Amino acid sequence: MQTIDLSKVGLRETNKMLQDQSADTNQTSWEIVNPRGSHAIACGLDAPIEVTIKGSTGYYCAGMNQQATVNIHGSAGPGTGENIMSGKIVIEGDASQYLGATGQGGLIVVKGNASSRCGISMKGVNIVVQGNIGHMSAFMGQSGNLVVCGDAGDALGDSCYEARFFVRGKVKSLGADCIKKEMREEHITLLRNLLDEAGIDADPNEFSRYGSARQLYNFHVDNAGAY
Amino acid sequence: MNDNDPKGIPHTTPRQSATFTQDVNSDIRRAAATGIYDIRGGGAKRKLPSFDDLLFMGASISRYPLEGYREKCETSVTIGGLHAENPIELDIPITIAGMSFGALSGPAKEALGRGASAAGTSTTTGDGGMTPEERGHSSKLVYQYLPSRYGMNPNDLRKADAIEIVVGQGAKPGGGGMLLGQKISDRVATMRNLPKGIDQRSACRHPDWTGPDDLEIKILELREITGWKVPIYVKVAGARPYYDTTLAVKAGADAVVLDGMQGGTAATQDVFIEHVGQPTLAIVRPAVQALQDLGMHRKVQLILSGGIRTGADVAKAMALGADAVAIGTAALIALGDNDPKWEAEYNALGTTAGAYDDWHEGKDPAGITTQDPELMARFDPIEGGRRLRNYLKVMTLEAQTIARACGKNHLHNLEPEDLVALTMEAAAMAQVPLAGTNWYPGKPGTSY
Repeated sequence: MQTIDLSKVGLRETNKMLQDQSADTNQTSWEIVNPRGSHAIACGLDAPIEVTIKGSTGYYCAGMNQQATVNIHGSAGPGTGENIMSGKIVIEGDASQYLGATGQGGLIVVKGNASSRCGISMKGVNIVVQGNIGHMSAFMGQSGNLVVCGDAGDALGDSCYEARFFVRGKVKSLGADCIKKEMREEHITLLRNLLDEAGIDADPNEFSRYGSARQLYNFHVDNAGAY
Repeated sequence: MNDNDPKGIPHTTPRQSATFTQDVNSDIRRAAATGIYDIRGGGAKRKLPSFDDLLFMGASISRYPLEGYREKCETSVTIGGLHAENPIELDIPITIAGMSFGALSGPAKEALGRGASAAGTSTTTGDGGMTPEERGHSSKLVYQYLPSRYGMNPNDLRKADAIEIVVGQGAKPGGGGMLLGQKISDRVATMRNLPKGIDQRSACRHPDWTGPDDLEIKILELREITGWKVPIYVKVAGARPYYDTTLAVKAGADAVVLDGMQGGTAATQDVFIEHVGQPTLAIVRPAVQALQDLGMHRKVQLILSGGIRTGADVAKAMALGADAVAIGTAALIALGDNDPKWEAEYNALGTTAGAYDDWHEGKDPAGITTQDPELMARFDPIEGGRRLRNYLKVMTLEAQTIARACGKNHLHNLEPEDLVALTMEAAAMAQVPLAGTNWYPGKPGTSY
């Protein structure tokens, strides 16, 4: 276990140490203390290492992550895990807005709640939130899965493409071109696997599935009122 | 009203309305028939105050020129030296603006890289990510970081020689983009992670930041991911150039790319292109003023774009304080876009060479703004690259010719004092005297 005191080592040196790890590194376990809400902690990682941050983080923690597992023992600021490519991010507290924005792969788990625009423009990432999510979540979501064990705010999945949304609680409102869909066996299996991977105990049968009605895929003037 | 009027009353000449022109009427008829606004490529086509409204005065008794064939006039420019470990060193101050793979064919992007590299300058990706052929043929490649983040990944980010955060573009300040389904080939669809054949919307705002304070943190993240090695540009439309430049610098940009409304787009509503934004001539001085007020002129570089066509335009932009320019539409024309040799095919599309702007439809006879394999095959990227290199060289020679005539041994030494304006509007916008006077509207210490 390598321990870095961010308040003493500084952001650049901390990130450099983590970013310099190669695929076959034997220094696979790292701990960052005194994050104090700093921005861009552990961003741009690309090695199979596990980084545990003991405290809350600012913007863009674990941004563009590849391969690494990043645990945040606190709450996470805006844009956490933005454009994640692979690997895993686990947030023990709450997540601020834009969680996993444009994420292309990997898994993000939130033990608390996630704020607005969770999964905005998601492009393949899987996001599992144990609590609730805010408004305009998964706006323009292209692909991937957003799982919400609690409730979803206004305009879920507005203008989404092929991303899938599973919500156990209530959805305050659906966004443009987002509809409730049949929950088939393949979706139950997919959801069960996601919940297992996230380490969350919930019955997939209690969830509803939402996704694109595909009515806005090609512009037509009769749909102008939907925009 | 009739020549054969039996009473012999003289008829009046049919009079076209200055309000309801033939162009306007055709727009109304098209709207009535289709129910949808007109989408097209390119920049503003309307007549605007422009660099054509400025003249250089040249040398005189009080200014002596440099010998054209003996004395050097330098053209190099360094971009991004303020924060980046590896600033970009260019031989000429004319760069290639961002244009997407998707909007352009792969061979066209290759040709831009070939031509720019041969001329010693940079080219730029676009709203579709970085292609291997573009990276491979571009000695200096600027990677655009756009709201859509199509094709965005940290591996390509780290291959870039600079990063350009796109906030806006001159053709559509405040607007997103649209790549219509007919141009979404298998490859384009895969790179953008979207189904083939659907209209692909590009967001108008970044998904994970809003405002200048967030932008500062976003720049920090990008620097951390790329190890503080490469310059970070911020591209803004010519909307509020003084404040946008100020805020970009405050956020930590190494360079500001400022795009006037003559700057092109792949596809946007005609009403947006023609009615939102400011002319390129009008935006450069406020941006330079912002840099000067911050003590950052020549430290944070200003790259001006939007309708730059000639070495004279380059020289005028630099005289007004820009460090470099970027060209897009002009580069496509150099590659062969809108070439009269395809006139019969332009006619078949209901247009004519020089006016073709339906780039979004993917039917470009020149094989440049298309993903159609048969049309793409018409375009030779090696020949295209050679033509672009030639054009960039000519523009540079033209700018040097003017600079020497003004007695400057570097293009950067051109200054507003070298210029006069032909119109009141141009004098006010460029803040240089109306020709034959020592005055321009708004000049400090004068009243009008």
